[in-house]
Amino acid sequence: MSQKPLLEMIGIDKTFGRQTVLKNCSLELQRGETVVLIGPSGSGKSTLLRCVNMLSPADSGDVFFANQHISRGEVPAHQLRQRIGMVFQNYELFSHLTAAENIMLAPMTVLGMNRIDARKLADKLLAKVRINERADHFPDELSGGQQQRVAIARALAMKPELMLYDEPTSALDPEMIREVLEVMAELSAEGMTSMVVTHEMGFARRAANKILFMEEGEIIDRANTDDFFAGNVSERAQRFLTQILH
Amino acid sequence: MSIELMWQYFLSPEFIQGAWMTLLITLCSLLCGVVLGLVLALLQEAPFRTGKGLAFFYLWLFRGTPVLFQIIFVYNVLPGFGLRFSAFTCAVLALSLNEGAYMAEILRSGLQAVKSGQRTAGMALGMTNGQIMRKIVLPQAARIVLPPMGNQMISMLKSSALVSVIAVQELLLVANQTASASFRYFEALCAAGIYYLLLTTLFMIFQSWLESALDPKQRRSKSQKRLTRLFKLPKTAREAP
Repeated sequence: MSQKPLLEMIGIDKTFGRQTVLKNCSLELQRGETVVLIGPSGSGKSTLLRCVNMLSPADSGDVFFANQHISRGEVPAHQLRQRIGMVFQNYELFSHLTAAENIMLAPMTVLGMNRIDARKLADKLLAKVRINERADHFPDELSGGQQQRVAIARALAMKPELMLYDEPTSALDPEMIREVLEVMAELSAEGMTSMVVTHEMGFARRAANKILFMEEGEIIDRANTDDFFAGNVSERAQRFLTQILH
Repeated sequence: MSIELMWQYFLSPEFIQGAWMTLLITLCSLLCGVVLGLVLALLQEAPFRTGKGLAFFYLWLFRGTPVLFQIIFVYNVLPGFGLRFSAFTCAVLALSLNEGAYMAEILRSGLQAVKSGQRTAGMALGMTNGQIMRKIVLPQAARIVLPPMGNQMISMLKSSALVSVIAVQELLLVANQTASASFRYFEALCAAGIYYLLLTTLFMIFQSWLESALDPKQRRSKSQKRLTRLFKLPKTAREAP
């Protein structure tokens, strides 16, 4: 493709103390694409995700987002994060706010949106994630799946150009995983550029354009989804796959 | 023992004035103490070392010496350095400085009780540190620190009696003076005691009101009532001719 990628990471290195967590990681993500990162725990998938929105900046290497070099603090981190949504494993909804207020908070404080417009936006997004009847409930009154869908809506409220999902279904009961993946797959199908750390291979098959396999801080395999599921991957990735599919 | 005399004392302008002075000292010191405590708590959380060091030194100094010592020190030593304040100002100053040290610890525990993931979520939404503090951390911490703050409020009310040593005309000094003039200790002290109990009762009511006001779920049920009222309004308007 001749089109410039929305996100480009080149040679990312990162260490925590003496431990190397990322080694020379590079990836490209076109607008509208969804990439799934898989790999054993501790392989650096989440850290790589956090390098994108500078929650955990890379030690070296370059990150370009929307044609802008961002990895050396050229753009203030909070401004960058306004354009990149993130969903966490533990949802992290603000416990003192209702579902709707969780969604309204950032548009109101960061973008200066008024309360009425923010509420309209919240209702629209809650309908999108199919949970509008629970708009005035507090996080502890919602199931895990519902909380995670509210968290997705909260991220969408800032109209992000890129969504990062950090193991969004790992803390969920099996029956709730589906409702969350459903929403994510829909967003991807609508053209939301997404980077997803997950072990849900069903989701990967359905929504991902490409799949990266990471181990010990390195991206050791990458493939288009079709190739990946046709078995055109390294032996190591294949082994991991049979393990998690089991 | 004369209940009548006690009531006389209770309603006398001196006692009312004294109770008012006690309340004023308490409220001023609490307010300054909370502000000071918040600054110290944030300093302790600050990423730079000088902040932590400064806060540690402050706590060491003001928790390590008796509050009575601090009151006498402020009143008697500061004028030697050219800092001359009224007895009332000295009282509020000393009590605030002391209160700040204790408030700092209470507020710090509240700030730490807010899980770091909540801040991270705020950061991921593009909020600045100040916005995260105001909109996410402080509202959550406020509910956590309320019960120990209530304790501090009541304990401050009682500590305010200590400033009688620097001749501030607060409740205990008034009672003591009245008693030593008339030798009616029982009546004078009971009158003061009733004021103290009244004031602490007020503080306790205020605390439980604040607790329910800060409870997000209470807040919701109130706003829902408001909403239903709003929805009812057009109906009655329609019914009107």
